[in-house]
Amino acid sequence: MEVEVVPVQGELNVGPQHPGSGHMRILVKLNGDIVEDCELDVGYVHRAVEKLGENRNYMHLIPLVERPAILDSIHMNMGYIMAVEKILNVDVPERALYLRSFAAEVNRIASHLYGLGILGIFLGHSTAFMWGFGDREVWLQILEALTGARVTNSYIIPGGVRRDLTPSIIEMTKKAINYMRKKIKDWEKIFLKNPTIMDRLQNVGVMTREQAIEWGAVGPNLRASGVNFDVRKAEPYAAYSKLDFEIPVYKEGDGYARTLVRFEEMEQSMRILEQIIKDIPEGPILADRFLKQIPPIRMKKWVQGQGRIVLPGYYASFRPPRGEAAARVEASRGELFYYVVSDGSPKPYRLRMITPSYRAIYVFKNLCKGARYADIVSIYGSLDYFPPEADR
Amino acid sequence: MSQTTVQKPIDKILAELKAKGIIAKAESESRGSLDVTKDKIIEVAKIMKEIGFDHVIAVTGIDFPEQQKIQIVYHVSSYSVEDLQKIIFAIKTYVDYKDPSLPSLTQIWGSAWTGERETYEMLGVRFEGHPQLSRLFLPEDFEGVYPLRKDFKIKLEGLFVDKPG
Repeated sequence: MEVEVVPVQGELNVGPQHPGSGHMRILVKLNGDIVEDCELDVGYVHRAVEKLGENRNYMHLIPLVERPAILDSIHMNMGYIMAVEKILNVDVPERALYLRSFAAEVNRIASHLYGLGILGIFLGHSTAFMWGFGDREVWLQILEALTGARVTNSYIIPGGVRRDLTPSIIEMTKKAINYMRKKIKDWEKIFLKNPTIMDRLQNVGVMTREQAIEWGAVGPNLRASGVNFDVRKAEPYAAYSKLDFEIPVYKEGDGYARTLVRFEEMEQSMRILEQIIKDIPEGPILADRFLKQIPPIRMKKWVQGQGRIVLPGYYASFRPPRGEAAARVEASRGELFYYVVSDGSPKPYRLRMITPSYRAIYVFKNLCKGARYADIVSIYGSLDYFPPEADR
Repeated sequence: MSQTTVQKPIDKILAELKAKGIIAKAESESRGSLDVTKDKIIEVAKIMKEIGFDHVIAVTGIDFPEQQKIQIVYHVSSYSVEDLQKIIFAIKTYVDYKDPSLPSLTQIWGSAWTGERETYEMLGVRFEGHPQLSRLFLPEDFEGVYPLRKDFKIKLEGLFVDKPG
C-alpha cells in the first residue's frame, strides 16, 4: 500500500463556516505547523451600512448602525448620535448623560462576557462558554428593562435618551453587581487560573507596545500592550468626566494579558454603575428644545407618568446644517469612530464608521504571522474579534 | 491677566505646522484639519508623524460627482503623546476622476492599511505603493463598479408598497 506523503509546506483554508473562525475565511500558508503568512478574507457579512446611510434619514439610521455589533449596540448607537448631535449642536441634559453611561457600562460587561465565552469555546473550555452566555443574560435583562429591547436597543436619540431609570431597574442592577462579584471569583478559579488556559494564552500572539501603536490596535488589545489610552479618559463623553474609575493596563501584550484587561474592566464598569446609581441627578432626559414639541396630553401620560419619550415629529426628517462631525467613543472592543458629512439634506452625505474590529483586521493578520497553527484560535479569541462588526 | 496662559495642545500643533509652512485650522479644542495637494501628502504626513501623530484612525473617501473629484480624508491621532491623545486631525486631499490615484501612506502609518484597501475597492482610488492593494470586503466577481460612488444607486423600497391589481 502506498502512503501519501504530506507536504511540509501548504495552504489551508479556515472557515468561513468553521466554528473557529466565525464569518470569515483565513487563508493560512503553513510551513510545518508554523504560519508563514496569513490572508484574511473578510466581508462574508458585509451589510454596506455606509452606503445605506446615504439613503436613509438620520433617525432611520439608528437601528442600522447598531446592527453590525448587536452585542455592543449601545455604544454603536451612542457614537453615531454624538456625531449627529455635534452637527445639530444640541446640549444633552445631565441626567441623560448619566443614563447613557449607565447603559453603556451594562453593555460593556455583557459584551466582555460574550467575548470571554467565545474565547472559552475556542480553547475547548465549554464551561466558560456556558457561563459567559449565562452571566451575560443577567445584564441583558437590565438593558431589556431599561430600553425595552434585548439587543438592538435604539436607546439613545439626539438630545437625550428614550427612557428613564426606574427603582426596579436600580434594584436589579444592585443584585446583578452582587452576583457578578461572586461569579468573577468563580471565573478566576475555573478559567483564569486554569493551567490549560494559561498555557494556551500566555506568550501567544505577543504584541509589543510599538507594534500596537504602529498597527493601530484599539481597546483592551492596546491596553494589554502597555499603552494607557482610553477614550473615556482622553476625551470624556457622556458622564465619564464626573465618574471615578481606573484603566487596567498590562505590559505583556499576550493573549492572557488581553483577557485579564477585559476581566478587570468588568469590575471597573461595576464601580461606575454603583456611582451612577448613587449620584444620578434629577431632571429631564431629553433636551428642552425637543421636549417642548411633545403634545401636552402625551407629555403628561408618557413622559411625566412613565418616564418614556414619545418621539416628537421633529425627528422624522430633520435637516441638520451643512458641515461635518467626527465623534468617537470607547466601545467594549475599543475606539469606535464616526465621521458624518452633512450637505443640509435630511440624509447624511457620507457616513463613515470605523469599528474596533475593523481596526483589528490588520492586527490579527500581523499577529498570525509566525504563530503556530493551533494558536490561531487563541489569538482570534483573545483579540475579541467580531467579524460582523469589522464588515459593517 | 498677568499669568501666562497655558497654550492649548491644538494651538501648539497649529503653530508648529505654521512654522513648517503648512496652513491648518482648528475646529474645536480636539479637532483640527488641513488641506493638502496630493503631491505634498507624503511630506505633510511625515511632519505630522514627527509631531507625534502615530496612527491613522480612518481613511475616508467622499465622492463629489459634480466636480468629478473624490475627497480623501485621513483622520490621525496619537497614542504615545498624552497631550495629543484627545486630538483628531484630519488630513484632506482631492483626487480627480481622470486619475484617481494617491501615494499610499502605509509606509508612514501602517494602520492606514485597511482603510486604504477599503477606499480602493469602494471608490476606485489607487494608492500607489500599498503593499497589498486588492479586494477586501466585496465579492470576487464585483468588477468595475464602485459601490460608494454616488452614481451607484441602490434600489429602495417605498414605505408603502402598492398591491398589484
